Amino acid sequence: MPHPDSWLCIRPEGLYCQPGDFYIDPVRAVPRAVITHAHSDHARPGHDAVLATRETLALMDVRMGPGQAGARQQALAPGETLRVGDVDVRLAPAGHVLGSAQVVMEFEASRAVVSGDYKRAADPTCAPFEPVACDVFVTEATFGLPVFTHPPASGEAAKILASLALFPERTHVVGAYSLGKSQRVIALLRGLGWDKPIYLHGALMPMCEVYQSMGVELGDLRPATVAKKAELAGQIVLAPPSAIADRWARRLTDPVTALASGWMRVRQRARAGGIELPLVISDHADWPELLRTCDDVGAPEVWVTHGNEEALIHALTQRGYRGRALRLIGYDDAGEVAA
Amino acid sequence: MIAFATLIERLTLTPGRLAKLALMRQFFETESDPDRGWALAALTGELKFTAAKAGLIRAVAEARTDATLFRWSYDFVGDLAETAALIWPEGASAHPPSLTEIVETLSKRGKSELPAILTGWLDASNADVRYAILKLITGALRVGASARLAKTALADFAAARGHAVAPDDIEEVWHGLAPPYTKLFEWLEGRAGPPDPEDAPVFRPPMLAHPLEAADLAALDPAAYAAEWKWDGIRVQLVATRGGKRIYSRGAEDISAAFPEILDAMHFHGVLDGELLVIRDKQVAPFADLQQRLNRKSASAAMLKNFPAAIHLYDLLFDETQDLRAQNFAARRAHLETWFDRVRPQRMDLSPLIPFSSIDELAGIRAGARAASIEGLMLKRLDSPYVPGRPKGLWWKWKRDPLTIDAVMMYAQRGHGKRSSFYSDYTFGLWRDDGELVPVGKAYSGFTDDELEKMDRWIRNHTVARFGPVREVERGLVLEIAFDAVQRSSRHKSGVALRFPRVSRLRWDKPADEADPLTALENLL
Repeated sequence: MPHPDSWLCIRPEGLYCQPGDFYIDPVRAVPRAVITHAHSDHARPGHDAVLATRETLALMDVRMGPGQAGARQQALAPGETLRVGDVDVRLAPAGHVLGSAQVVMEFEASRAVVSGDYKRAADPTCAPFEPVACDVFVTEATFGLPVFTHPPASGEAAKILASLALFPERTHVVGAYSLGKSQRVIALLRGLGWDKPIYLHGALMPMCEVYQSMGVELGDLRPATVAKKAELAGQIVLAPPSAIADRWARRLTDPVTALASGWMRVRQRARAGGIELPLVISDHADWPELLRTCDDVGAPEVWVTHGNEEALIHALTQRGYRGRALRLIGYDDAGEVAA
Repeated sequence: MIAFATLIERLTLTPGRLAKLALMRQFFETESDPDRGWALAALTGELKFTAAKAGLIRAVAEARTDATLFRWSYDFVGDLAETAALIWPEGASAHPPSLTEIVETLSKRGKSELPAILTGWLDASNADVRYAILKLITGALRVGASARLAKTALADFAAARGHAVAPDDIEEVWHGLAPPYTKLFEWLEGRAGPPDPEDAPVFRPPMLAHPLEAADLAALDPAAYAAEWKWDGIRVQLVATRGGKRIYSRGAEDISAAFPEILDAMHFHGVLDGELLVIRDKQVAPFADLQQRLNRKSASAAMLKNFPAAIHLYDLLFDETQDLRAQNFAARRAHLETWFDRVRPQRMDLSPLIPFSSIDELAGIRAGARAASIEGLMLKRLDSPYVPGRPKGLWWKWKRDPLTIDAVMMYAQRGHGKRSSFYSDYTFGLWRDDGELVPVGKAYSGFTDDELEKMDRWIRNHTVARFGPVREVERGLVLEIAFDAVQRSSRHKSGVALRFPRVSRLRWDKPADEADPLTALENLL
């Protein structure tokens, strides 16, 4: 049985599968790419052939514009197996955002799983992570320090409603990354019974429309840009993190500035960003989830792609796994503040 | 403890005053005695623990976690208590200690028991509560809400229940109370009358003055007013009763410990209003000298010798237990002079009255006063009672015309709260002989909203470097800066510091190289 070392390697373009002759989430345009999910640091434009889930392809099309998200696209449903070269490729849900998938590769009875970005916490807007037993597990480590434990997300979203009860005249503006995070925050609010319209920054609307077209219920969404200032008093507005404390937000009435991000666990991050209401909501695994996932997949060897790999490898070594840092560059999740 | 942890997190991150008041009021409404009283003590700085030190937190946390991971985490988070709070393994238990339990346990148990007790508390709490506990027991609870703001929230709390209690009413009894303030809450909820401070040396809210504008000046009847110097020190209240002696700042902060020589000179019973100054050989020293003595827990022998403190007395509020505040200024002043002749306290003298017969004469006196220790004049109506707060038309402060310089904007920083999307804090500099521009101060007021927007736009378009929230800008915008005085400063590269700098005009018209040289300030020293 060939060790995945011998058939998976790092090239300047990204992680390369030799016997299948394809890259996974390459950072440059390549002839054949398998894309785990549609975030811009993983899904880049200009590839020739692209293999991904139907949802990921749809999101890529909307983000990049027609024809940019791969000259030839092929959708692969989770659970189906496709022979690519000498490798069997399968996509398994990663629980990160809509359409996100782990890439499961089998070559001559040796199996490697590239998880892309993932989380284990419940999320009404995407399929849950599926642990797949393997010989080598490739993981992220965005929150690879034991200080990161994400509390239950619905409790965090409930903080918005509690704050609205205390400050009913103030607009509550929530910074949330346009793909994945915002839809999850909306779904959490709907789950808590908030059935009023939710107002969106222009950058968020197209992503929400894709979610809705894929059957994810998000309720009444309206553009914040055309709403009158008075109309937004006491309402919830979602915007990309970069917009909430800048000129865009001046249209809002005495806003309470919230930010949904795993980094909000650290107070200094909230303070430095001028965030009045930090919400620890992340689409990445927290520290206990990272460790639990390595236990669940049972791989004797774990490769760490990006994040705080040093600490995770230290902890994995103590638990009897072989850990290795891949030091892939280019994955920063569109500015780490949003993770 | 969960509600308290939530409160301190939100207070820390909330910039708005009204929002902070609402958060505190809601807390007092939803929490019960004695927890809310202990919380009030923590917010007002009356509850300070020093039992736990950083070493203890580190030891307790490292016993629970991997030392290497703890170190890396600390490097990332940057705050020891927060690192320990976040890295602590999440337990199943959800019964954190109450604030009361924490206070009572810490007062009863010995230091050697502390590690085990703390471990138990942290096991029973979530991350927010762990953070609050660790900050509380190390005496490092900084929430950005002053004691005065907490008392204003208490007044709002009473008002919401239909009881008109002013923050100043609370101030008057405050220093006769002790945590957990159950009698105070009984009063605020209308279940009892105001607490009686008896002989306690309580603070009396001071009477403040309005700035004198040109329109007010024209309407002023010179015969109805007394004039005094406005000294550039800090306003204090000296209180001595059978129950003790205190020196309070204008904001009701007890600063007795920093000025033992004044406390030693208080051999009387009464309440006096005055200005605290550093006075050497009968000469009032600049404010910078007094600053050496402020915000300290004690005063060293060297401090006492090099920066000797003294009081210029303005007013007498109580003689023994006789309340003089309803009497008019003329009567109180006469009483103060008689009292002073009788008591002759050390380190104190009377702030002299300035005789004048017309407003023009007074204007001349004001214009002629250039000593750094004088900010201007005070005008007090002879028939005015001593009214707490800032009543209109009774007392006026008539500051000297400010000095001005034309300086060049060097850096701009984003503001907070409503100004968080604007670059509203400006560092400005003056030219040194060698052609280098050196920073001399920072200003964040004095401009209109329109001007703020224009400057914000200019800064965004003329940025040459960014350092986090700070932008360095092209040397192209001249600000006319008004200030009250110049002092020597070893902290600034320029060697000088300005008192009360603010933007008085934007000089869009003036080229940066025509701004003032540093020597313009040095000549004022």
